Amino acid sequence: MNGLRNFVDKIKPTFEKGGKLGFLHSTFDAFETFLFVPNTVTRKGAHVRDCVDLKRVMIMVVIALVPAMLFGIWNVGYQHKLAFGLTDWNFWNIVLYGLVKVLPLYLVSYLVGLGIEFVSAQIQGHEVNEGYLVSGMLIPLIVPVDVPLWMLAIAVAFAVIIGKEVFGGTGMNIWNPALLTRAFLFFSYPSKMSGSTVWTGGVERFMNEGVAFQAGNGLVDGFSGATPLADPTLANLQPKLMDMILGTIPGSVGETSVIAILLGAIILIGTGVASWKIMFSSVLGGLAIGYLGYAVGATDLPGYYQLVMGGFLFGTVFMATDPVTSAQTECGKWIYGFLVGALAVTVRLWNPGYPEGMMLAILLMNTFAPLIDHYVIEGSIKRRAKKVKIA
Amino acid sequence: MSNNIYLKKGLNIPINGTAAQNTKKVIVPDVVAVKPTDFRGLVPKLLVREGDKVLAGSPVLADKMSQNILFTSPVSGTVAEVVRGEKRKLLEVRIKADAAQEYVDFGPKDVTKMNAEQIKEAILASGLWPSLVQRPYGIIANPEIRPKAIFVSAFNTAPLAANPEYALKDDLNHIQTAINALGKLTDGGVHFSLNEENYSGTPFHRIENVIQHTFSGKHPAGNVGVQIHHISPIKKGETVWTVSLLMLAAIGKLFNTGKYDVSRKIAVTGPMAEGPAYVTGYPGIAIKDLKDFFNPSLDLRFISGDVLTGTNIGRDGYLGFYDNQVTILEEGNKYELLGWAKPFRPKLFSTSRTYFSWLTPNKKYDMDTNLHGGPRAFVVNDVYGKVLPMDLYPVYLLKACLAGDIDKMEKFGIYEVLEEDLALCEYVDPSKIYIQQIITDGISLMLKEMC
Repeated sequence: MNGLRNFVDKIKPTFEKGGKLGFLHSTFDAFETFLFVPNTVTRKGAHVRDCVDLKRVMIMVVIALVPAMLFGIWNVGYQHKLAFGLTDWNFWNIVLYGLVKVLPLYLVSYLVGLGIEFVSAQIQGHEVNEGYLVSGMLIPLIVPVDVPLWMLAIAVAFAVIIGKEVFGGTGMNIWNPALLTRAFLFFSYPSKMSGSTVWTGGVERFMNEGVAFQAGNGLVDGFSGATPLADPTLANLQPKLMDMILGTIPGSVGETSVIAILLGAIILIGTGVASWKIMFSSVLGGLAIGYLGYAVGATDLPGYYQLVMGGFLFGTVFMATDPVTSAQTECGKWIYGFLVGALAVTVRLWNPGYPEGMMLAILLMNTFAPLIDHYVIEGSIKRRAKKVKIA
Repeated sequence: MSNNIYLKKGLNIPINGTAAQNTKKVIVPDVVAVKPTDFRGLVPKLLVREGDKVLAGSPVLADKMSQNILFTSPVSGTVAEVVRGEKRKLLEVRIKADAAQEYVDFGPKDVTKMNAEQIKEAILASGLWPSLVQRPYGIIANPEIRPKAIFVSAFNTAPLAANPEYALKDDLNHIQTAINALGKLTDGGVHFSLNEENYSGTPFHRIENVIQHTFSGKHPAGNVGVQIHHISPIKKGETVWTVSLLMLAAIGKLFNTGKYDVSRKIAVTGPMAEGPAYVTGYPGIAIKDLKDFFNPSLDLRFISGDVLTGTNIGRDGYLGFYDNQVTILEEGNKYELLGWAKPFRPKLFSTSRTYFSWLTPNKKYDMDTNLHGGPRAFVVNDVYGKVLPMDLYPVYLLKACLAGDIDKMEKFGIYEVLEEDLALCEYVDPSKIYIQQIITDGISLMLKEMC
């Protein structure tokens, strides 16, 4: 290990200010601190510090996303197998196809996103923030698997530059960058983001060009490719409830499996990285409006179906809990979470234009989170002032 | 006690090196320093020249703003050196001590027969006035005003802090005298906060003429600022004074014996202290005098005070005026390969459950001064409130300080906090922000704008 350290020390001067590659200082620093916890000591204030840093916090979220990602890779292949009737495909064929489709999404997401992060860190002269490790992990999981890579690249660039860097980088942004990527795609290229054919890998290409990964017999008879949200009725969904919980249904790459997402939720709550209050109140909000809609006849689905359909759970666990863009006060988190869940289901039930409302609900509540905090804090200050006056 | 105030939030940092309750040696001072930098916002006026003879209690410095506030020599000797820094800023007045101590005789006094003015004059003349710290802002008390109340914390929860029951066991009657005297300087009484868990075990519960309160909980329950927040929060325009037990003992000695005697038991602590124990010494003694407590070949940090709020004084430094603790740490200027990515780091402590030190709650750690990361913006938002037992929003207060927005700073509670109260927020911060410095800058801004 000393050899590696010596090598880093040897090349370090090249990247320092005035060195030959000084313009890559932030990039070098990012890689160096990735490999080694730096030797910086406290200068003032508390002389000892907790050993946790943002890298550790962020890597926990990444780990929590691994089950959803692995399942997503498998499911991409599995859906393809179903669509094309490839009965001879075994587990490894399925995973191979999934990797072929999902890895490029990851490559684009990380190359474009991290590239912009490195450049802007260099321009602003600060260290590269590890926030994008999570955003980059999330983005491929919330898009349809067939999204063209160039579109994804543009969307990522938009989200990172306009959504984050112009505000000053991670910690300063108003909206969740991963969701902003999705929103950009959704409004700019709606044909690639909705409908029944985008959710299964290879289907669009086959219908347009007649080419498939493995030709087989073409699409099977009765292929629909629709997600449960396309026809949310009890008659349609009751037989599929178990599939929806397992996740063996079409949908965005990582959002389908309730079980994989709950595994992630356990990691996030167990390590204290994400707020259980937001998750819990979002589920409450979704159930409340889900059952309200059921009671007034807006849907014949009992409320709990709303939790297992579409991106509700994925959004609740991984996106709504983003500590930067969610409410910051403990009381505000309850309000914020509840409204996220409630709004998402409201959009589903009462807005015929949008079958799914989770993305918009979270982005809207991101916008209002500072307002919620403002009123929570004002209220708390007023209460205290009153208490002090009486005492 | 039924009216005990239980503070749920807080953290006792599990660090090695508690001082054993015995006094290892009596330090015969060689060179001691009077440091104007121990006092916030002080503009000092030098009253001595190199070569002057001083006694213990002779004035060395005065406050340029109110010149009746004096700073006196803790020992008798000769002024050896006046140390100045950039822009001729006065840093230290070094005094070479005599072999035998001679004291200025202020004459023993009976405080029960004195009025407020006489008490003030006596404390001012002796150089003990700076013991009284004014809130808001943590500056030396202004003798012209009558504070709302005076607050004393009779226990210390800071990491490895000197045990007051041991360090002050012979000073009980001096503390009582000082309380009797200071009680005359305010109409609000002297509020005296004890640790509920040790209420009957501590002799301090026998102190009279005070309004008693009890607190229980982890650090910072022993911080006087946290106690004031729960007893009677400071509103805009109000002023309260605080004083430590240690300084009360010195004030009491002044009235009982007529001497400026600030000798004290000093806890030498920390993971790198060899055989941590107490010594008897003075404020201003040199770290050199503690040389049997550490290995000189190591790269060490010497802190006057505790690991959260103390001052890095260096190997050639001198103990601060208010401190009775020295903490010795190893400098953590080492790289750690893939440190943050290791599943276990058994030698490091974290409050975060992303590590596993919560599984070993009784383990103590040899902490060093490594920052364990790089500075970032505020990201995680729920870690700070968990270690701050005050009804405040720390991140909002800090952001108001960063923005220099005085209205918001007032609103979010700048009057109620000092650096020490948010020190734990700084300790746990995964973004590695220098939180105490932000508060310091905020208070400096308030002092500049409000005075």
